[in-house]
Amino acid sequence: MAAGAARLVGRLGLLVGRRARNYGRMGYSDSAPSRGPEYTTDLAEATVSLTSKQPLPVYRVLSAGGEMLDPSQDPGLPGETVVRMYEKMVGLCQVDQQLYKAQRMGLISFYMTSYGEEATHFGSAAALHEKDMVYAQYREPGVLLWRGFSLDQMVDQCFNNRHDLAHGRQMPVHYGSPEHYFQFISSPLATQMPQAPGYAHGLKQAGSDNCVIVYFGDGAAQEGDAHAAMNFAATLKCPVIFFCRNNGYAISTPVEENYKGDGLAQRALGYGMEGYRVDGNDVLAVYNVTKKARELVVDEGAPVLIEAMTYRLGSHSTSDDQTGYQDMSEVKDWRERYFPRDRLRGYLQSQGLWDQEKEDELVSVTNETIRSAIKRARAEKKPSLEHMFTDVYDVPPLRLRRQKEEVQAMVAKYPEHFPTASHE
Amino acid sequence: MAGRLARSLLQRRFGQRLPVRLASGEAYVPEKPPVEGKTENMKLVHAINNALDIAMETDSTAAIFGEDVGFGGVFRCSANLRDKYGSNRVFNTPLSEQGIVGFGIGLATQGSTAIAEIQFADYIHPAFDQVVNEAAKYRYRSASHYHCGPLTVRAPYGAVGHGGHYHSQSVEGFYAHVPGIKVVIPRGPSQAKGLLLASIRDQNPVFFFEPKWLYQAAAEEVPVADYELPLSKAEILQSGSDVTVLGYGSQIQILRQACEMAQSELGVSCELIDLRTILPWDEDTVIQSVCKTGRLVVSHEAPLTAGFGAELAATVQAECFNHLEAPIQRVCGWDTPFPLIFEPFYIPNKVRCFDAIRTVVDY
Ligand SMILES: Cc1ncc(C[n+]2csc(CCOP(=O)(O)OP(=O)(O)O)c2C)c(N)n1
Repeated sequence: MAAGAARLVGRLGLLVGRRARNYGRMGYSDSAPSRGPEYTTDLAEATVSLTSKQPLPVYRVLSAGGEMLDPSQDPGLPGETVVRMYEKMVGLCQVDQQLYKAQRMGLISFYMTSYGEEATHFGSAAALHEKDMVYAQYREPGVLLWRGFSLDQMVDQCFNNRHDLAHGRQMPVHYGSPEHYFQFISSPLATQMPQAPGYAHGLKQAGSDNCVIVYFGDGAAQEGDAHAAMNFAATLKCPVIFFCRNNGYAISTPVEENYKGDGLAQRALGYGMEGYRVDGNDVLAVYNVTKKARELVVDEGAPVLIEAMTYRLGSHSTSDDQTGYQDMSEVKDWRERYFPRDRLRGYLQSQGLWDQEKEDELVSVTNETIRSAIKRARAEKKPSLEHMFTDVYDVPPLRLRRQKEEVQAMVAKYPEHFPTASHE
Repeated sequence: MAGRLARSLLQRRFGQRLPVRLASGEAYVPEKPPVEGKTENMKLVHAINNALDIAMETDSTAAIFGEDVGFGGVFRCSANLRDKYGSNRVFNTPLSEQGIVGFGIGLATQGSTAIAEIQFADYIHPAFDQVVNEAAKYRYRSASHYHCGPLTVRAPYGAVGHGGHYHSQSVEGFYAHVPGIKVVIPRGPSQAKGLLLASIRDQNPVFFFEPKWLYQAAAEEVPVADYELPLSKAEILQSGSDVTVLGYGSQIQILRQACEMAQSELGVSCELIDLRTILPWDEDTVIQSVCKTGRLVVSHEAPLTAGFGAELAATVQAECFNHLEAPIQRVCGWDTPFPLIFEPFYIPNKVRCFDAIRTVVDY
């Protein structure tokens, strides 16, 4: 860890050696004078200089076309694991396309694709232990798919039918699954971030070998909660991986209008934790970095920050139109040069693990699975009205039970004013 | 481009289908212009945009900021304003609501007119400390030597058909509990324009909540001139003799329908009042009306318990006790989080309001 920190410190060109280790003390402690700062009469030495700061490079393993750039960085995964990554990635791409279309047809009320960011999901998920707890933002459904959440389950949630684990109470894409160690998604940005170190602290106290991963966007990283989260995690030594998907935009707002420093990874230093910057469209690089991060987190019981550089190829959601604010030639460039699915496919083909026949078969089977899932999910009843009132508390209070009776009486009295037929 | 974006953003955010309440025939009823002069047909979103434009035009210190406002805002309320007034006066902020409100307080304290947008009322909570402990107490704690009066915070609020927990909430109750700020909620385009201009120019921090399901669904003739409508003044929209029906914001459209239903099905004459300003609210108009009718039905989308209806009912029973013919009825959201798929059962819809009117009349 110390070596890593020193490397980062060296890159920043801000602080060196012993001074770097002392930055936490602020020089004001009487109780431990031996750990106070070094003093200097040279202001240049005591300057955090923007001019000497180097941008942190981006770690990658595969070329844009999918060739292994440096064999020493090959994670050495069994072929079948990499193929599985690819199959799941295709599943996500296809379900994104079809649910997006379903929204356009008015079948579901809302949707968000992960278009272009798929490698961040599968690369990180594959490097985790399956019982590591996940706190997601909303654009990480691939993590769930990797763990075995089915396309059918995704579709049921988006149709808010009676099979949705949260009884249709939340908007589409707000998945969650205890079976897959995945907390339910909450729309307010960054709220999950300080919760993650809390959960991690609990795991650590309980002597667990598991850790926590929390995903967030470059926009969410600007919320006060993001700061609290990282500072708590570092100060309280919580085994949590902070995984930032830096996709260039927060709805219409480009990163340049969200922060002025060199991205997110370098913030790690300010909090006193290790940080990495990785090519988020290179699934194997994301795998390597997350694996390394997990080792650190679990061995040292302290947090790590990963910044995955990627690009949002689609609109933010079905509510907006990217052509109004995104440079479409930039989008085209990212699509053509760095699309994670093509890149991984290039790698698999170069290893003799994939071919056109397999591709055609996979796409047609996946599409058929999704089509029939949509057909089925659409016909399903919505959850029972009962569930408007369950789970507000562990046990419904009397006042709430009375309100339930009141709404039931109202529905019975004016049936034509309530869509009861579509509910279970 | 703006037109296409406006369409796509709004229609797509809320789907191709009409919100449930519109689908059930409760369409917006256009109103007569509140002031004389030339008018233009405007949707709620255009009326807000027009008010912002006038505020910027008439006050060179005015600035508009928030998440995604630069390209016009996710609801298009600030469309074209960055092109017109420049990016020093209309700009995106980093994504932080506490930052937006705190920044606005500072800007307003300096003397500039600060017009902040919070993307959804549901997302104003990270700024709660800045609102409750700062904006609301700034004037009091510095004996008016400093104040942040030129601050206005706008946010879309309320049910929309498919917003679920976090794109549907009515948050006025939290802020109605905070002396030192004003809370205003318009019911339609021409009201919104006049009330927003008054809010922006008022020398107290104002929280202005806009009914998002009406952004595109409500259209009427709106005066093109610069005009203000008074804050802390309720409006009697329809006078009547049997029951006072009280609400604000988009709920007024529902209450109109309920009043019509009461008239046609029960022959009951309702007096419909739009509170317009939630804090500080117009007690006199409401009290006079209830002393006349002897019955009160209050309605809001926010949950029943400790909602603003409780304040209204408590004040009215104290002031009109001898005139009351029936217990005051509150028709509100239930005491649960806002539940996506159960929205038609959750909201205080037309029949629930009608049923409450029937209850007070039959009492
Ligand atoms: C507290 C809060 N404020 C505002 C929003 C509205 N909103 C939803 S997503 C979003 C942009 C998020 O961008 P980023 O974190 O970069 O993630 P991305 O969507 O790019 O994956 C905004 C502003 C919200 N959901 N929560």
